[in-house]
Parts: sequence; C-alpha cells; structure tokens
Amino acid sequence: MAELQFREALRAAMTEEMERDENVYLIGEEVAEYDGAYKVSQGMLDQFGPKRIIDTPISESGFAGLSIGAAMMGLRPIVEFMTWNFTFVAFDQIVSNAAKVRYMSGGQASIPIVFRGGNGAAGQLGATHSNSVEALYSNVPGLKIIAPSNPDDAKGLLKSAIRDDNPVLFLESELMFGLRGEVSEAEDYTIPIGEARVAREGDDVTIVAHSKSYWLAMEAADELAKQGVEATVIDPRTIRPYPIDAVIESVKTTNRLVIVDESQPFGGIASEVGFQIQRECFDYLDAPVERVTAEDVPAPYAKNLIEAWMPSVDETIAAVKKTLYM
Amino acid sequence: MAGTSTKKKAPARKRAGSKANGTAAFTPDVPDVQIFRQSGHTHESLGLSPETVLDMYRNMLLQRRFEERAAQMYGRQKIAGFLHLYIGQEAVSTGAVWAIRDTDPIITAYRDHGLALARGMGANEGMAELFGKIDGCSRGKGGSMHFFDVEKHFYGGHGIVGGQIPVGVGMGFASKYKEDGGCSLTFFGDGAINQGAFHEAANLAALYDVPALIIVENNAYAMGTSVERSRGDAQLYKQGYPYGMKTAVIDGMDLFEVYGAFKQIADDARGEADGQTKPYFVEVQTYRYRGHSMSDPQKYRTKEEMEAKKNEDPIVRTRLYVLENDLATDEQLDQIDEDVKAEVMASVEFAEQSPLPDISTMYEDVFVGDVPRVQ
Ligand SMILES: Cc1ncc(C[n+]2csc(CCOP(=O)(O)OP(=O)(O)O)c2C)c(N)n1
Ligand SMILES: [Mg+2]
Repeated sequence: MAELQFREALRAAMTEEMERDENVYLIGEEVAEYDGAYKVSQGMLDQFGPKRIIDTPISESGFAGLSIGAAMMGLRPIVEFMTWNFTFVAFDQIVSNAAKVRYMSGGQASIPIVFRGGNGAAGQLGATHSNSVEALYSNVPGLKIIAPSNPDDAKGLLKSAIRDDNPVLFLESELMFGLRGEVSEAEDYTIPIGEARVAREGDDVTIVAHSKSYWLAMEAADELAKQGVEATVIDPRTIRPYPIDAVIESVKTTNRLVIVDESQPFGGIASEVGFQIQRECFDYLDAPVERVTAEDVPAPYAKNLIEAWMPSVDETIAAVKKTLYM
Repeated sequence: MAGTSTKKKAPARKRAGSKANGTAAFTPDVPDVQIFRQSGHTHESLGLSPETVLDMYRNMLLQRRFEERAAQMYGRQKIAGFLHLYIGQEAVSTGAVWAIRDTDPIITAYRDHGLALARGMGANEGMAELFGKIDGCSRGKGGSMHFFDVEKHFYGGHGIVGGQIPVGVGMGFASKYKEDGGCSLTFFGDGAINQGAFHEAANLAALYDVPALIIVENNAYAMGTSVERSRGDAQLYKQGYPYGMKTAVIDGMDLFEVYGAFKQIADDARGEADGQTKPYFVEVQTYRYRGHSMSDPQKYRTKEEMEAKKNEDPIVRTRLYVLENDLATDEQLDQIDEDVKAEVMASVEFAEQSPLPDISTMYEDVFVGDVPRVQ
C-alpha cells in the first residue's frame, strides 16, 4: 500500500495502462504542457511524449468524436474533460455515437474508450459549473458509468475502465483530487466494474451514496452511532451497471434505506434506486425509502445558498431518523 | 425547388461562387478586411470632447481598480469560485461601449466585469455579486462569471466557452426582426473560436444578414494554450471569410482605435448607409496581464513577453495622450484615480454590508410564474 492523493491514483492507473498497452493515449484540454488543469496528468507528457499525451483546443465535441473514431479503429483513448460540465457540447458524440454505434451496427463495431473528469458541484462556481451528470448519462443504455469515492477505488476502477471494451464514463470530483488514501500497489491491481463496497455495517438502516456523497454518508453514520443508530453504508462505486443486489441484500436486514445523491431529485439516481428497492424489497421495508439530493433548482453562487443546495450531513441524519420514526 | 432562385439577396461583398459554376475563369474571392491600427486618430478627429475622453479614461480605471480590489478580496476569501480578471483589456470594453448605442445588447463570456462596468453597472452591484450578496447584480446567484444587467442591455456573463455566441447572434436577429435599428455585440475569447457554436452562429449571422458584431477578444491565450498551439491557422481574423462576413481587425490596446472602429462597423452593421443589415467578424488584439483565473502559475509565457506587453497598457497610453494634449493635468488625473479608488472602496463596504440572500430566494427565478418543484 502507498498513500496517494486521488489525482495521483488516477495518474498511476493511466500510467500503468499506457505502459502496458501502446494503444492507450490521453487527450484533452491542458493535459500535456500545462500538466493538467487539476494536475492529474502531471509529468505524463515527459514520460510518454506528445504523441500519446495530447493537448487539444477547446473543442470537446471534436476531440470526443475523434477519439470515438480512433477507438473504432482499435485505439483505446482516455478522453479528459476539464469537467463534466463541458461535456454538454460533446453530448451528441457521447450519446449518439459512443453509446449507440455498437448496437446500431448489430455488434460489428466496438468503442473501447474512457471519458473522465471532475463531476458535480465544487464550491461556489455557479449554475453552469456545478452539474452532476450521472443521472443524465445513466439514462442512456450503452454507457458504463463509474463514480469512485477514494483513491484506491479510483485506481482499480480506472484500470478496469481502460481495459473495458465499452465506453466508460469515469466521474471524479475537483473537491476530491487532493483526497489522500491508501492505494494498493499490487501488480495489475484492478477492481471489477459493477461491484459495490460495503464500507460500514449496522443493523438499523442502509445508506447508499457514491463519490463525494459517500463521505457525507460516513460522517452521518458516525454521528448517528453516537446517538445509538447503527447504519450500513454502501458505496456502489459504479452507477451503470448499478450493483443493486448489494443494496437489496442490505435492505433485507435493515429494512430501511436512505440514498444520498448529489444529482437533482427528478429522475435522479436516487429515484431509480428507490424504485428498484420498493419493487424488490416491498415486503421488507419498514419505512418509505428516503433520499437526500441537491435542490430542484440550478446551483446558486452565494455561499449560504450553495451550502443549502448541496446534500448535507444534517439532512442525511434527518432522513435516517425519518425512516426510524425518530 | 427546381427553378426557384435563391431567396438570399446579393451579399454585402462580391462572391466568386456563382462565377465558378459558370464558364468564366475561377477567381478566388477577395476578403473584405479592414485594419484598425495606428490610424493616427486624435480625440478631435473622432469627435470626442475632452470631457468624454476623461470619462472613458475614468471608466477604464474603474475596471482596473475594481478588479485589483476584487483580487485582494479573493485573497481574503470574501470572494470564492473562479475569478477571471480583465486587466489589460479595458480599452476594448470602454472603446466599444462608448462607440455604440446604449440599447445595443452586449453579451460576453465569464471574463465579464470589465464590460459590465463599461455598460454602466455600478461597482456596488458588481462587488456585491462577487461577495455573493443579495444586492449583487444577479442577486448573488451568478457570481463572477455570471454578471447580468438587463436594464442596461448587458446580457451576461456566460460560463461555457462559446455558449453565448449563438445567443448573441440571436439578439441581433431580434433587432432585425423588430426593425429597431439595433446591433448586438457578442464577445468571446480566442479559445472559443474552437467551439462548434462559433461556426454555426457565424454562418447563421451571415446567412440571415444579422446586425451583429461577432467579436473575438484575442488575448493570446486560452488558459495555458496560446493561439498558435490551438489553431491549424492561427490568424483568427480569417474566420469571418468562410461565412462571407466583413471583417475588422482592431488594436485592442488603443482606446481610440477601438472606439473609431466600433463606431464605423456598428453603424455599417445596422445598415446606416446602405439600408442593409449585416454581421461583422471582429478580431480585437489585446492581452491579459493576469493569470487565467486566480490559480494560474503562468508557466506558458515569459516575463519578457509580459513586460513588453505592459508597455502597451491601454490605461497608461490614454493617460499619456491626455497629458500630451493638455486635456487634463497630472493632478486632475490623480484626482480621477482617487475618486475611482474611493468608489471601489465604497463598493467593498457596500458588499460587506449587504445581507446574504435569504434561503427562500434560492427557489426564486427558476421560472416565470410559480411552478412546483420536486422536494
Ligand atoms: C466548453 C468549455 N470547455 C472548457 C471550459 C473551461 N475553460 C474556461 S475558460 C477556458 C479558456 C478560454 O480561453 P479564451 O476563450 O481565450 O478566453 P479568455 O479566458 O482568454 O478570456 C477554458 C478552457 C469551459 N468553461 N467551457
Ligand atoms: Mg484568450
């Protein structure tokens, strides 16, 4: 094990995969000479040169589409978006091409590509820069979506994503790039896509939360423990395919579920998980499924407003208590 | 459609296309580019009174001092998020705004403080927005990147590179539709040329003869990427040709060049002389003195380059002009600076005093009218 920042874990994953397979390249805005807008790719230009670490103009639609084409020809691109907010100008490439070409061609073509970058709100950045895109993209069949919460998962899952023969969307967070954690140094360390991690076990309630929200859930669980409430916390790590079985298993013992999800509430990840759980666990539930999400308005700038807008530890605790009729 | 002639009337300039289809020899199109650089303007030749020149000088200084103070307040964590400073580019905003009509709509990217202050937004409303307070120009909802003052025909403040360009063209389209004689001004950075939105909007503007100035503020860099490193052909002014637009290239470090150029092209775009509305592609060559945002190590450029550009400081140059032409004394200019600094300090005080937005305001302004939201 080594202690790495989240960004270093991502870099390690990309570096190892690029050393392993010469068809892997990294492309995006400021990834090469600037060392990455958030320093994820720091030093990679020196190691791999400009053929494989490729700076682009601000042309997301162009370099996303170009890389989809390259992937159809057998390359394995890693496309870095400065943040996922800027993928909306590349939406068509991701949704119409990356997700659908294989299906439309009756399985003739495949698109082994990773799209990655920071997702979700990152402080006071205002409405255009605070989107959580998992709900939007997970609505589209044909895309795998990963949203890890810690450096170890980031490394193991990014390596799996790069090796996957399908389009994979990898959601990071500007607020987590500096997060430190123990990361496996095992040779060829990969984590299978689609497996949840049970981070904490308790009998009273299940809380499921991915990416930054996972840390809220853990904090809430610690606080609840002081009040005598023991929560199971599940980090799904993957949004599509969603590891719903792990949640079902847990809810069958705790009989209560709270979903923390920074997406907006209407048609969000929480809506989908809530639906599946009421269908699969109807007889086991002792309370309606609760969710904690962003507010159903665009992200505001003012400090107090964005704090109120974001899912919080307090809201999570309140939601848990509601399921316990406390 | 066979037999129907194209609805589009003769374009503003000669096109080679039709000839190329006939028997005549192919002659390449000759681009219509006007260069506004070292024109030898004086305030008199431009019809500017000494008072107006001093007003313009004051406005540039207001932008500069406002942002210097904002940077300081960012350091004190009174301001958060991204803060992109316009310092170095003030002649563009002031020159353009003074040249056009007060009702001509303006839209720009996230580097928006300068244009907002040029358009007459108060320093108070600007600073309060940066502080995220209720008296801010966008009620504390927008922040630095999303300044708005619709009453003054300033339509933002847009965070997605290139996203505002079609919208700006649409504002000109509305003017043509309503026949109100307006002309829209759409500003964006050199990096935004690389967005599809620019190319689609430019073509529509030309196709529909929209009275719109499509203005790239070429400040040499998009974050750490120079224009040379982002374009197959780095000569941005050529980007109007493919769409059949008239083109202007302007020295954006020279207040009088900017003013003179915008006066001429805005009037031409509204069709003042020929009754024909039309778009312009405008490259304003300028320079950003500060980093891209507040955390930019600026390793992509040399100290020498920055020093050389500082000699072109539009505010210093205007000051020299004023002194050399006896439009004001040193003391008078210092007094202007003192006044501006006091105005900016007062805006900091105003922003400090202004309350945080009430949480209930978070739910306002999503729709016109009451629409239920999901809880
Ligand atoms: C579509 C999109 N991609 C990326 C970004 C991130 N970004 C913000 S500003 C910027 C550079 C823009 O440079 P330029 O257009 O030259 O404007 P300047 O900052 O020089 O005023 C980038 C890449 C964004 N906001 N939108
Ligand atoms: Mg620029």
